[in-house]
Amino acid sequence: MSEEKYIPKSKLAQWFDSRLPLLTLSHHLKEYPTPKNLNYWWTFGGILTFCLITQIITGLVLAMHYVAHVDHAFDSIEHIMRNVNYGWLIRYVHANGASMFFLAVYIHIFRSLFYGSYKSPREVIWIIGLIIYILMMATAFMGYVLPWGQMSFWGATVITNLFSAIPFIGESITTWLWGGYSVDNPTLNRFYSLHYLLPFLTFGLVILHIWALHVPGNNNPIGIDVKKNSNETMPFHPYMVMKDITALLVFIIIFLWFVFFAPNALGHPDNYIEANPLVTPSHIVPEWYLLPFYAILRAIPSKLGGVIFMFAAIFILMLLPWLDTSKVRSAIFRPIYKKFFWVLVFTVILLGYLGAKPPEGIYLILSRLATFYYFFHFLILLPVLGRYEKTDPLPMSISDPVLDKPGTFDKFKKVASKYEGENVSSFK
Amino acid sequence: MNKEIKPKRRDFLFTATYTIGAVGIAAAIWPLVDQMNPDSSVKALSTTEVDISGVEQGKTITVLWRGKPIFIRRRTKNEIDEAAAVDLQDLKDPEKDSDRAKNPEWLVMVGVCTHLGCVPLGDKGEYKAWFCPCHGSHYDSSGRIRKGPAPKNLEIPKYEFVDNNTIKIG
Repeated sequence: MSEEKYIPKSKLAQWFDSRLPLLTLSHHLKEYPTPKNLNYWWTFGGILTFCLITQIITGLVLAMHYVAHVDHAFDSIEHIMRNVNYGWLIRYVHANGASMFFLAVYIHIFRSLFYGSYKSPREVIWIIGLIIYILMMATAFMGYVLPWGQMSFWGATVITNLFSAIPFIGESITTWLWGGYSVDNPTLNRFYSLHYLLPFLTFGLVILHIWALHVPGNNNPIGIDVKKNSNETMPFHPYMVMKDITALLVFIIIFLWFVFFAPNALGHPDNYIEANPLVTPSHIVPEWYLLPFYAILRAIPSKLGGVIFMFAAIFILMLLPWLDTSKVRSAIFRPIYKKFFWVLVFTVILLGYLGAKPPEGIYLILSRLATFYYFFHFLILLPVLGRYEKTDPLPMSISDPVLDKPGTFDKFKKVASKYEGENVSSFK
Repeated sequence: MNKEIKPKRRDFLFTATYTIGAVGIAAAIWPLVDQMNPDSSVKALSTTEVDISGVEQGKTITVLWRGKPIFIRRRTKNEIDEAAAVDLQDLKDPEKDSDRAKNPEWLVMVGVCTHLGCVPLGDKGEYKAWFCPCHGSHYDSSGRIRKGPAPKNLEIPKYEFVDNNTIKIG
């Protein structure tokens, strides 16, 4: 980075830092230059870190009381809810925490889509982020199986059966995943093991995600490159730390509202019925955050095709930095893309809604239209739009859109002079 | 000079914010700590009723209470006299036998050596009562420590005679 070399003050600190530069690292994190125009959509990175740590801590605690065995799993969850001190609180935080985690990650991803944060030179950050997202989905799915309720069991059955669509080897793969001829005790045990492992892999990837971010630095709402360590940036601490904490507190209020007032609103009541391999519930739905992909799966009238399209819907995002040919990052300066961005948001929400409905009649038709648009958006629209869209002129500096507004600078001068009472022309 | 040292509005806000923050974090951590304490299902097992009608003089039965062995011994006349006759000055942890047994005939103790938690053997040791094989602690017919590394007498649990044939422990 372009910062000057940091040298700790005391001799002891220098001795330590020259052997393990932790102090240099913490200095870097503190002084890390952030664009001064970052808005609240940029606080979701910090919020997501909070979510991951919350899930790991509450999960660690739940693992102290949970029993991964088909005969005891369901009862051990009830034991946590009724007997363990504050077990109800810890479990509800963990269960709703998963939903809040996905809520935050979707906002984070759509922020990236709107402001073009995935574009050069940030492609690696984007791809690591998507791997984190895929790991999150796998972790959440396996976590949902652990309570061994009806939705756990049949969700696990349906999702693992996706792999049976693979020609020739599909059958043996599902058998291998199950460790048997159906979802049973071996499946539960391995899911528990992996559910415990994956968050730590995710944590490692989060470190890489942040590392990769700190090489080019943050994108910003204007989407143009900022000069680092100039009057266009501010040190991460305390400015962004305070902004992140403010947003985090609002997020926690919403989170805890769910935990205390509607802890089961996002879950499915059938999961309070113990798993029964002989009876499938009349209507199986995954958790809300997987619904858009579930809708795509069911929109395609072929077993293998549905599976391919569902996975493609996720993996297509990996190619996004190259599919979007526009050199302009922020949608603020792309009048046509901006409209289609909102069409995409609407389409994904619509797919989520359709995923929760039975795949018949109008729902099926709409699922197919929405699935078509989803792929059209990424495969056709973005490559073409980058070539033909007439973008608005980009400002020279991230300060310009604010300062160029008529009267802004005078107003700023007036406010600043009230506090300083002296010459403020040096501010510009 | 004094005016500058006087805390400002901002200092007050900082202190108030940090305080509320610290209280909030402590409140969030407490459930994570308390969940490791015995849960309600463990607490619900904290009393056990034992039928003692079949125990003959000079015999000991061992029952499980809170995961620990409880010795219930129906002592002989000889043992009771012996226990009562001991001079308190000879004891490492002085305690009268009458304070240890509600009914002199019945001795109810937690069968866990007060040294490092092993279970002492019955009718063994220099006092022909209890002897811990782990590190050689000798207990007398009242379960009092007489010789060896253990610091305390065998613990007496909370118990009561529900009727002539039943003891409720806990």
